[in-house]
Amino acid sequence: MAETFTLNVNGASRRVTVEPETPLLYVLRNDLSLKGARFGCGLGQCGACTVIIDGAAVQSCDVPVSAVGDRAITTIEGISTPGKPHPLQQAFVDEQAAQCGYCATGIIMSAKALLDRDPAADEAAIRAALAKNLCRCGTHNRILRAIRRAQRELQR
Amino acid sequence: MNGGKQQANPGLPGSLETNRRLDRWLKIGRDGTVTIYPGKVEIGQGILTALAQIAAEELDVALERVQVAVASTSHSPDEGTTSGSRSIEESGVALRFAAAEAREILLARAAERLGTTIEQLAVADGVITARSGGSIAYWELAGEDLIAREATAGVKPKSPAEHRIVGQTAKRRDIPAKVAGAPAYVQDLALPGMRYGRVVRPPSYQARLASFDERETRALPGVVAVVRDGSFLGAVAAREEQAIRAARALWRSASWNEASTKLPASGIHAFLLNAPAQDTVISEKVDAKARSRAARSLEATYTRPFIAHASIGPSCAVAQLVDGRYTVWTHSQGIFPLRRDLAKALGVAEERITVIHAEGAGCYGHNGADDAALDAALLARAAPGRPVQVQWMREDEFAWEPYGSAMVVKLGAALDGAGSIVNWRHDVWSHPHSARPGRSGGANLLAGWHLARPLNAAPPRDVPQPAGGSDRNAIPLYDFPNQRVAKHVVTEMPLRVSSLRSLGAHANVFAIESFMDELAAASGVDPLEFRLRHLKDPRARAVIDAAAQAAGWQAGQRGDGVRGRGVGFARYKNLGCYVAVVAEVAVEHEVRVTRAWAAVDAGLVINPGGLVNQIEGGILQAISWTLKEEVRFDRERVTTRSWDDYPILTFAEAPPVEVVLINRPDETAKGAGEGAQGPTAAAIGNALCHALGTRVRDLPITRERVIGAL
Repeated sequence: MAETFTLNVNGASRRVTVEPETPLLYVLRNDLSLKGARFGCGLGQCGACTVIIDGAAVQSCDVPVSAVGDRAITTIEGISTPGKPHPLQQAFVDEQAAQCGYCATGIIMSAKALLDRDPAADEAAIRAALAKNLCRCGTHNRILRAIRRAQRELQR
Repeated sequence: MNGGKQQANPGLPGSLETNRRLDRWLKIGRDGTVTIYPGKVEIGQGILTALAQIAAEELDVALERVQVAVASTSHSPDEGTTSGSRSIEESGVALRFAAAEAREILLARAAERLGTTIEQLAVADGVITARSGGSIAYWELAGEDLIAREATAGVKPKSPAEHRIVGQTAKRRDIPAKVAGAPAYVQDLALPGMRYGRVVRPPSYQARLASFDERETRALPGVVAVVRDGSFLGAVAAREEQAIRAARALWRSASWNEASTKLPASGIHAFLLNAPAQDTVISEKVDAKARSRAARSLEATYTRPFIAHASIGPSCAVAQLVDGRYTVWTHSQGIFPLRRDLAKALGVAEERITVIHAEGAGCYGHNGADDAALDAALLARAAPGRPVQVQWMREDEFAWEPYGSAMVVKLGAALDGAGSIVNWRHDVWSHPHSARPGRSGGANLLAGWHLARPLNAAPPRDVPQPAGGSDRNAIPLYDFPNQRVAKHVVTEMPLRVSSLRSLGAHANVFAIESFMDELAAASGVDPLEFRLRHLKDPRARAVIDAAAQAAGWQAGQRGDGVRGRGVGFARYKNLGCYVAVVAEVAVEHEVRVTRAWAAVDAGLVINPGGLVNQIEGGILQAISWTLKEEVRFDRERVTTRSWDDYPILTFAEAPPVEVVLINRPDETAKGAGEGAQGPTAAAIGNALCHALGTRVRDLPITRERVIGAL
């Protein structure tokens, strides 16, 4: 049976009425119209659906909405302000770090969770933080350059 | 193609030949914009940005003014499929000539209005100014329908020396919205009243639905419809997760007859060699005198497994049926060919179907995109009036997409006493590499084969030379006095196969370029020198030289048992871009590519940044194919179902790649999206051999294969 949940999404309180086992991904995409997290595998293997929950990168396809509670959910739509992209988003544009771009938002969220926690993360740490994110177009090097560029910007 | 005889003006360049109206290609807006209407679509390769550059260049308008219309069967020129790295040559050339002609027409009208001649006019960002004074902008002429006429291609486009926009890196215009998380893909479409559908695929290719029980499913929350037509089974629900749950319930209730399935488990290469085949000799050169110099001969056999497109975003479509008319949103590479097959499968006239392109995740060839469009249309019938979105589940994408064919390549060569190749033989065994929709004699849409009144698949057909399908790049670009190249096409296909980026070129180039290294070693000659010795084409020589220089290639350098480097080269299709790749590997627990360098000659470069991005991506994807990828199956079923079963290159494994561009403004612009696949595979195999002295001829080059070869 459907239940009502109050979620903390991008700093706002959002009420949704869904069945408890509904993956968070579908609540974000279809109830809250936040389409930036995307379905890739439904098994937490590819990272296209990554969001940040209380500071940690989480695969939202794999988390039932009932397990989230009142923890703070941040999605790709919540990291920029109108007209001002987050440094990671700007760096992806500057480095042209996308081909199809389907994986990009999940990767940005994984990178943000890392840089929030460890602003001086080295190359190996960045690569390790993306262990659960797959890119099929082969844009890896541009993505890594973009993350390092954003890191410099964030540290200024 | 139209019949040649009736054509008033045969031989127009690129896709202008088949789409002759100028206003099919571009429109001048009163609001200061130019809209272009390419029939080619964005699949992550950045093509729309390059096409906008071409139009802006010829029209003399700022790039920002050029908007690109979404491709739709309602207004776009029919350019077939976006495939084969042909978009620059077909759509780009058409737009180049159409825009040049449109500019001339606008100038002629401006000259009339300003009382002067075209020669006395100049254009800057769409504003036409007469030397004698007075000006008029394109936008002021927009109402006159001046370009509502047939193209003549009689206006010569600019010479490369005049280019100011073409040849400069233009940033992709779609990236800001994509990284912002804005709706960008067909998966993100949210239409009013939209329902969600999911399809229950059979467990294996030949399986037929024996029975199922829909009572449990119908009782689930949100379920709107259960659809069964033969062995096609699906559900429609109010919410996406409800559709998924409904499909799972249907799956649990269903029983299938699978008995007839007999896949050649682990023996696909033996199957290819032994099955009935269509044999064609595609190239033969005879020089008996040279042949008589043969002093020694070598043979080797190379193989490739089935490789999956493995898009990150599973295939998806939205369809809506209103008053007997379908509208379908799809990430298909060919909206018109798809419409032809949809019409057959749905039993309606093509005119009753509108197919609109909406981007998907990168596809790298013919994946499930078209199939999902039929799935959505079939389920939309059960929810009349409402849009129905269908996205495949990951396991369906892996199990049901058409793979890149497994292949066997046998090579033989004879060397003379001086280390020159005097005879060459190449035999390739493969399934046909193209089973896209839109063919005559059947319909190539998955669900169509499962209907109660099933559609037959169109007879498989290999792409003929000169582009070639299974034999793409089978004819060596090297100059050998004797050669015989034959393809053996096996049309009985135990697994579903169609076009994967580069078609047969991946395996053919892997084989040829590996064998060139084997022959070089047998001759005691550096592999780079050995190639150049057999290669006259100056553009080919130039990319090999440039890649070697970028990599700091030293002739005679020895591998040290851990590290090695190798080279691979091809001119894609023997008609397209030239690519040479040098790869450096380290053999540790696994074979790892530690660096790669490439040199590329794609003729006139339109967007250097976009070209580099395509080559970088091609190299990294080819590293993944070469070291890791293989679709697995047993006697009954495809067993590759998830990313755990099908690992691809990870961020931890991606090596740095350096790309050198050789711009040739006076040569035809060529696409480059597929040019790196074969050279990369060969460079890795050659680097491994350089490191260890051992060659692996079967892809993927895994740890087990290396141990086996040692």
